[in-house]
Amino acid sequence: MSMQKELWKGNEAIAEAAIRAGCQAYFGYPITPQNEIPEYMSRRMPQAGGVFVQAESEIAAINMVYGASAVGVRAMTSSSSPGISLKQEGISYLVGANLPAVIVNMMRGGPGLGTIQPGQADYFQATRSPGHGDGHMIVLAPASIQEAVDLMWDAFALADQYLTPVMVLADGMIGQMMEPISWKRDQPLPEVDKPWAADGRDGDGKTHFVTSLRLKSADNERFVQDLAQRYRQIQENEVRYEATDCENAEIIIAAFGTTARIASTAVRQLRADGVKAGLFRPITVWPYPDQALRQLALQDSVKAVLTVEMNLGQMHEDVRLAVRGDKPTPFYGRTGGMVPEPRDIARAAQEALQEVSE
Amino acid sequence: MKPEVIFNLDRCKGCGLCVSVCPKHILWLDETVTNIKGYHPSGISDQSKCIACGNCARICPDSVITVLKHQEEE
Amino acid sequence: MSTQVVYQRSRGLQDVETHYCPGCHHGVIHKLIAEVLVEMDLLDSAVGVSPVGCAVLAGNYFNCDFVEAAHGRAPAVATGIKRVKPEMLVFTYQGDGDLASIGAAEIVHAAMRGERFTTIFINNAIYGMTGGQMAPTTLVGQKSTTTQAGRDPLQHGQPIRMAEMLSTLDGMAYCERVCVADMGNLHRAKRAIKKAFTLQQQGVGHTFVEFLSTCPTNWGMSPVDAGKWVLSDMAKVYPLGVVKDVPKEEKA
Repeated sequence: MSMQKELWKGNEAIAEAAIRAGCQAYFGYPITPQNEIPEYMSRRMPQAGGVFVQAESEIAAINMVYGASAVGVRAMTSSSSPGISLKQEGISYLVGANLPAVIVNMMRGGPGLGTIQPGQADYFQATRSPGHGDGHMIVLAPASIQEAVDLMWDAFALADQYLTPVMVLADGMIGQMMEPISWKRDQPLPEVDKPWAADGRDGDGKTHFVTSLRLKSADNERFVQDLAQRYRQIQENEVRYEATDCENAEIIIAAFGTTARIASTAVRQLRADGVKAGLFRPITVWPYPDQALRQLALQDSVKAVLTVEMNLGQMHEDVRLAVRGDKPTPFYGRTGGMVPEPRDIARAAQEALQEVSE
Repeated sequence: MKPEVIFNLDRCKGCGLCVSVCPKHILWLDETVTNIKGYHPSGISDQSKCIACGNCARICPDSVITVLKHQEEE
Repeated sequence: MSTQVVYQRSRGLQDVETHYCPGCHHGVIHKLIAEVLVEMDLLDSAVGVSPVGCAVLAGNYFNCDFVEAAHGRAPAVATGIKRVKPEMLVFTYQGDGDLASIGAAEIVHAAMRGERFTTIFINNAIYGMTGGQMAPTTLVGQKSTTTQAGRDPLQHGQPIRMAEMLSTLDGMAYCERVCVADMGNLHRAKRAIKKAFTLQQQGVGHTFVEFLSTCPTNWGMSPVDAGKWVLSDMAKVYPLGVVKDVPKEEKA
């Protein structure tokens, strides 16, 4: 562990963090704005004794992750929005087969081919249903390169602990920018016992069959109920968020990832202008910190909870679910690759407060 | 040499592949018999002609047939 | 009196009934693979990758580890497995829709990269599990539920010869097309599997065994007639025999 600062590009820092955390296999495909991840991995993984494959597509990459995970090896992939769409079938299979995996999504503006500039419009895709069928992944939303690096350890640990895919939901800004970071953690996660892995028969000849096929509906329902039970555990134990200046605030700005970072500047501007603004920043967007948000929103001082994000209003739904109409929940967003500026967010907050008082 | 051919009749699906590969043409699907699956299982019509080649057992998709060779010790 | 076992159920198979139709060659081919795994003492270290198709339940039948793949993705799953566990004997088991249609990219690239697992390709010129639709390998004139007047080259194209096509890739080390339509071919097929697994252990690149197989139910034939059709019709479009054998060529 070192507190010394090093200058790193986001994508490369995330790749290095994965290796240091204990990732043993990376399978990926080029797509902007995360190309530096496979590029860095192609050089560093073999050095670290791990496996690197540039797959023929994002579909192939997620299935390679599935294979490696099925035999008990820590594996990850990375992509950006359109590539994540391709991975949805594979992610559903990971959920259905109880397999750990880490998927990094450097979001870009969509829909369709869209643009290569940052976006946050894959929030629904990540948090509602990563693939077809009942199921979730734990979704971590870093707001800085340092946080992304730190969260890589958590991503692999949570994946192994709960036998679930975990997504690190970042955006092109985080991937492309360079920031000084320190390696607070340096040691790989300890090996985890995986008796279910298809890495060879047990001593007594017992075979392992990793599958998500459950043709008898009753079995399938039982499986999904087990998942639901696990998700309840995750919701109780793994919620993370950061609330800044929310005590006795008059307006709470809810934002995640890069937008939250921009919003924190807006909060400072608002405070300088005499507006008691606070920032609520989920770090896990699934499970969503709805109880914490609700508690803060219900303070008598709070007049509105303004959601700000780089999409048409996706996390906004979770904010509205948390607040349940008990306070106004306005929205400000830029999308399609446009990134808001602090003064735009501050203005939106001022306008929201004005509307409320009318 | 005395061949012994054992059929696990309840597993037979009456596909007839064994009949088609018997070089002595002594296998048949007995249409007067129905096994638990509702198929006409295979059987041997003339055990004395069996040469224990094992073709029937090898081709059976369901491993219904076991072929043994009993040798009298000299 | 001594007793020799000429043949009995392989211990490479679990002692369970299969769901396969009467006379379906899946049962026969499963046995050959199981027998080879036993003879090469690989039951403990082998892992099969099952497809989406009738053989989706293969993991319930073999006495070795299995991983179920998404439709067409078995070569990618097998790549992930073999790259991280090179000491395991890894084989995929795919039908013609799985390998030649939705999974065409995956098998081409696995062969391109010379991935050191073995593909077992079950080509029965039709989509069995879903009820008899056209496969990329359906023969011209062959009826299916989506080519009810017979496959028409103008509308549906011509059948695809995967073994030959994949053998143009340098990563393909050994490729043979076999069948179990009669005993001679059955023995040849078993030898092909054994050769493929042996070459995998030697790390020579991709090994591929294509089986011309039957689907009596969707072909509308008896199992015995279906076997004959493999030899009389399918084998004319998909010639049996070794398509590529790099280790042998190198020795010459």
